[in-house]
Amino acid sequence: MSRLQEHPIVDFKRGKEVTIYFNGKPIKAYEGETVAAALYAAGIRVFSRSFRFHRPRGFFCAIGKCSACMMEVDGIPNVRICKVYVRDGMQIRTQNAYPSAENDALAIFDRIIDRFFPHGSHYKKFTSSKTLREIATKQMRKIAGIGEFPKALPKEEADYEEINADIAIVGGGPAGLSAAIYAGRLGAKVVLMDENPYLGGQLIKQTHRFFGSGEHYAGTRGIRIAEILTKEVKEIENVDVRTETKVFGIYGKTVAAVEKDRKLLKVNAKKIVIATGAYERTLIFENNDLPGVYGAGGVQTLMNVYGVKPGNRGLIVGSGNVGLILSYQLLQAGVDVAAIVEAMPFVGGYFVHAAKVRRLGVPIYTRHTILKALGEKKVERAIIVELDENWRPIEGTEKEIECDFICVAVGLSPAHELLYQAGCEMKFVPELGGLVPVRNKYGETTAEGVYVAGDVAGIEEATAAMMEGRIAGLDAAIKLGYGDEEAVKLRDKIVGELEEFRRGPFGERILRGLEKVVR
Amino acid sequence: MQEFCKRGYLIEEELPEPPSEERLRDKRPVAYIECPQRIPCSPCKEACRFDAVIMETINDTPKVDYEKCTGCMACIRVCPGLAIFMLQIKDDKGYVTLQYEFLPWLKKGDRVLVLNRKGEVIGEGVIAWALNPERNDRTQLVTVEVDKDLIFEARAVKKVVE
Repeated sequence: MSRLQEHPIVDFKRGKEVTIYFNGKPIKAYEGETVAAALYAAGIRVFSRSFRFHRPRGFFCAIGKCSACMMEVDGIPNVRICKVYVRDGMQIRTQNAYPSAENDALAIFDRIIDRFFPHGSHYKKFTSSKTLREIATKQMRKIAGIGEFPKALPKEEADYEEINADIAIVGGGPAGLSAAIYAGRLGAKVVLMDENPYLGGQLIKQTHRFFGSGEHYAGTRGIRIAEILTKEVKEIENVDVRTETKVFGIYGKTVAAVEKDRKLLKVNAKKIVIATGAYERTLIFENNDLPGVYGAGGVQTLMNVYGVKPGNRGLIVGSGNVGLILSYQLLQAGVDVAAIVEAMPFVGGYFVHAAKVRRLGVPIYTRHTILKALGEKKVERAIIVELDENWRPIEGTEKEIECDFICVAVGLSPAHELLYQAGCEMKFVPELGGLVPVRNKYGETTAEGVYVAGDVAGIEEATAAMMEGRIAGLDAAIKLGYGDEEAVKLRDKIVGELEEFRRGPFGERILRGLEKVVR
Repeated sequence: MQEFCKRGYLIEEELPEPPSEERLRDKRPVAYIECPQRIPCSPCKEACRFDAVIMETINDTPKVDYEKCTGCMACIRVCPGLAIFMLQIKDDKGYVTLQYEFLPWLKKGDRVLVLNRKGEVIGEGVIAWALNPERNDRTQLVTVEVDKDLIFEARAVKKVVE
């Protein structure tokens, strides 16, 4: 049984028991669980097959940002099952595989192709004649594919609503919530949209106490901060909260979204705050697509939100705060941590986080990396290796690690798409994690009236995200004529606190990055 | 980068200045904070009503004024880094209070394995006091009785499975 019955920090409130059908086979699940969590709890590890070579794939991110878990749900193909909640009688099928993703006949291609046509070689192999290239492409497309044509139509009737608001906020994580609360308190009419059925973003899986200052909830658990912020935002009458609402476009000052898969929303706003968060990064190593190789956040979601154990023994790649915190959380859930490997010569996250797993006997291998994952259809072992000063593997230092899953905790990239669409000037800033918008110190981008806050503005801590959200919310409301000098003072005070917050050694990199984009 | 960041634990030379033997033998325990790195974090300072935790800015490392510390445990309740330990020597026995967040919860009289900063078992101890986890949002505070020479060594406990 991989569902946790008890946990030191979280009480898992499971809903009514329901039955879903996976490739025709009945599986018990509980209301409130995603299909991905329910299948995982039932021991299913192969969720899909890769497009071209039919390699087995499991889930990776568990928050709808990757596509490793796409399946056919009630006849609709390409559904990310980590974002769909179980319903009694639901029919789930794996796609692009025969007879199923677990035992796929076409998987044979992986082996053959690997031997005769190394990955990528088809780009060169069939270029000599146009006819040959067309035939080869056609055949390869056939075995690739992404699902079949839908066999069913959604039953719901479509609906439409137009909303006029002062401020539209995209994303209900710590940044978006803070922006909504601070703008809402000044009296601005706010619409807050989030794709999840709950608010709080990734806070809902952060069972640890937060760092920072007391004013920004330091010493309080992330999950409690999510509760506090959710309660605060709901108390403000002029904040219209729309959950399960996916924003798909920004056209000038109009935000287009779909609420609960059936209602099209057109939000005409005077200001927009984009707080869409980030994606997890992966790492290149042999077999990194094997089921059992997960993003660290994916494991946190599975374990801390749904109470499903990711496995019995995990290897953590990356010793930033996420990797260290995750290691501690795995121990709390009764899961062994085989080791933490870190390519840098020192721990990447806060020392105190490292100390708390180290004293519980978790080895930390600095200047080490993962070489490959081993296993047939899922991770069974991993090989790690020591690195020399030029980050090259030192031969003869390979170590085999027994583990049944691997967590990749090597950082995040801003989820920047909407910013592009809104016409913001973007820049690639490695210190901030990737593509981020040019903006002023209040978070306003080059697209007038479009603000940015949180991880999408640059990867940092949730505390910084909350401060950025407050600043953006206050500034947007102030510019619209809400609030008095007190509001201006408060905004400038938080700007000062954020500067102070970043003044330590961990803020150096962020400050270097911000220099490139804050004007 | 400091050496302890390569290891993940502190060694003797890197530890903060200890309280005096006399303060350790006082009838109130004393806070000992093993937080040597500059990170933006200050709840321990904010929790202390006696100004015993000294930090000028949020990025400073906390220093404890052992004379001002009353052993009230407000700081250890909130420390997100699990880096605060309450130390005491009483009747020639050592007592270390630490944050504990694992199941099964500990109770007075439980036998535990005592671990050092590297995760090595350095002996067995008995739980002398345990706070109900519900009273501190599930971070239990537990006091383990150990040999008095081990109060600067004992940094984690694991319940002995019988």
